[in-house]
Amino acid sequence: MVVRFFASCLVELLQPNVGAAAQRVLRAGGHDPQPVRGATCCGQPAYNAGYAGEARRVARRTLRALGDADTACVVASGSCATMMSHHWPELFEGTADADAARRAAARTVELTAFLTGTAAAGSAGDRPPASGTGDGGSAQEPDGGGPVVVHDSCHALRELGAGATVRRALADAGRTPTEAQGTERCCGFGGSFSVKMPAVSVAMADEKLDNLAATGCMQITSCDLSCLLHLQGRARRRGLALRFDHVASLLDPGT
Amino acid sequence: MSAPTATPVSFGRRAGRALGDDRMRAAIARGTGLMVQRRHEAIAELRNADELRDAASVIRAAALQRLPELLERWSDNLGALGGHVHWASDADEANAIVAGIVARRGAKVIAKGKSMVSEEIHLNDVLERAGADVVETDLGEFIQQLAGEPPSHIVAPAMHKDRFEVADLLSADRGAPVSPEITAEAAYARRRLRQAFLDAGVGITGVNFAVAATGSICLVENEGNGRMCSSLPPTHIALMGLERIVADFDELDVMLNLLARSATGQALTTYTNIITGPRRPGEVDGPEELHVVVLDGGRSAVVGTRFSPALHCIRCGACLNVCPVYRQVGGHTYDSVYSGPIGAVLTPLLKPTDPAARELAEASSLCGACTEICPVRIPLHDLLLQLRHRDARADASRLRRAGFWLWSQAWSRRWSFGAMVLGARVVLPLLRRLRWLPDIGWLGAWRQGRELP
Repeated sequence: MVVRFFASCLVELLQPNVGAAAQRVLRAGGHDPQPVRGATCCGQPAYNAGYAGEARRVARRTLRALGDADTACVVASGSCATMMSHHWPELFEGTADADAARRAAARTVELTAFLTGTAAAGSAGDRPPASGTGDGGSAQEPDGGGPVVVHDSCHALRELGAGATVRRALADAGRTPTEAQGTERCCGFGGSFSVKMPAVSVAMADEKLDNLAATGCMQITSCDLSCLLHLQGRARRRGLALRFDHVASLLDPGT
Repeated sequence: MSAPTATPVSFGRRAGRALGDDRMRAAIARGTGLMVQRRHEAIAELRNADELRDAASVIRAAALQRLPELLERWSDNLGALGGHVHWASDADEANAIVAGIVARRGAKVIAKGKSMVSEEIHLNDVLERAGADVVETDLGEFIQQLAGEPPSHIVAPAMHKDRFEVADLLSADRGAPVSPEITAEAAYARRRLRQAFLDAGVGITGVNFAVAATGSICLVENEGNGRMCSSLPPTHIALMGLERIVADFDELDVMLNLLARSATGQALTTYTNIITGPRRPGEVDGPEELHVVVLDGGRSAVVGTRFSPALHCIRCGACLNVCPVYRQVGGHTYDSVYSGPIGAVLTPLLKPTDPAARELAEASSLCGACTEICPVRIPLHDLLLQLRHRDARADASRLRRAGFWLWSQAWSRRWSFGAMVLGARVVLPLLRRLRWLPDIGWLGAWRQGRELP
């Protein structure tokens, strides 16, 4: 099945390998991902800072690049998927792109939600079902991954109701994620919040990192690269030997 | 891109101070953690929690839609029972009304129960300037009065203090040591406050809900001090926000079922006072006079706007407890009577011209935990976002606005975005290798505690 694929601006700017991994994951699930050529960003940075006009200017670029075909648009970021599916209709209301924005919103789906929703039967194979909170999972994964702990991004958790899909996608790939205390609490990134209120943002990251590290897992994953980069930046400053990988990298079957 | 912030009074700076106070942060983490856990347990007891919350949301919205009608019916009914209703458009009017009643009754001592409206209008200052001895009788408020601080939490005013700090304050008040055991502290406060109830010429309380159908006011509390304040002194003055009305007892039932569960994790508070008029002939208890002061204070300007849901709030404090920002910095950092997410929404609505109040909308990562827990389903993080949209243009520095404009130009063209992608690949590794970086603007803000990605 042909799907449109949007990696997010952050992935393209900072970790393009995550976008490549996500496309390999989709192909392994029997899909034909076609990157949205000409897309840049969903507009969220400006939208959440209160600049709707600027957000619209940027989002229109991506909306038009997305085209109006009837295929799903898979996004490798919970917060961008939220921006597109929840806020685009309002952002474009009353403009020439209003109808297109509504249709795009309905087509947009976060990567793990897509994998576990529409592709679960194909990719799960004969793997055992998820067993809830595990003891760290087995250490035989091809990507060399040991125990992994999931960081819930707020948008994926609350707006998309997709807290479970990252875990299910990992379980489908044979990895049982460990659970951390206070997993529903924000890591403190919050877009412009992270630079408008840096001290508070870092204090929130510290609590999150303490809870993640307390699991004993050294590897942390999430469907949002933004949270991971914030946590990674703080962990490095503190000298914590933690690894942060986008979930697409963990699901990556390799080339 | 642009400087982090240029507002005159900075939440960030206050937060910085709060973050250095480990003792306060430990107390807040403990207090909010406990309240969230109890709230979850108490809501889980309900078989129909979701339906109840939906119903509460509808009830609150409907009350605002027919606000004049409900208030008039309530006021007529209370008047027929011998109560007096006073309408105050702002803090000055409300204070003048209360001060006038106190002066007319010649009260020297005033026993005061918990009232956020009284904090909103700074009533104590006014009464004390007029020579009255105002005694806060809610234990948390009493502690805060001794400390000379406003409450830091809507429901638990002294949550940010541990029992040792409380013992120090009580010892100073007593002039002799009070043991830092909670039972000993409560025992001292009980003895100390009992005299205030007996001496008081006027009792002042808040109002949780007014019931239109009967002219009643409902006051919930756990210490019995609200009942003392409203029944023992010869005059009872109750302070109420304009929006705190329900049509009848069926609606009150829904609200009470959610309020205590969301606030303290109780099915009901220990005391639920339904006050329907002053003492009647033949009755032995109750005040001779009952006055209810209804404060507008900027509320009516919000009714009917897109921000109207902020007035659905029933002051349970659940959004404070679950807010990761509040959890780190505590209530005083908001420098506002109402703190946490609801404070960050309500304060800029009630004080639309105050730039410091408007800055509060930035004090959120928009994580949505507040919206998720709100018993009356106020879309708090969405309202915060809408406030940013309302105020961004007016408040931001020229530099910040120019920054976003430039960004939108660069990122709305594929070639310039592509150039940035290539640039990032060259520049970031370079920046990471540099030992020294000019920590200005967003770069400096990011590097305050974090390495570059």
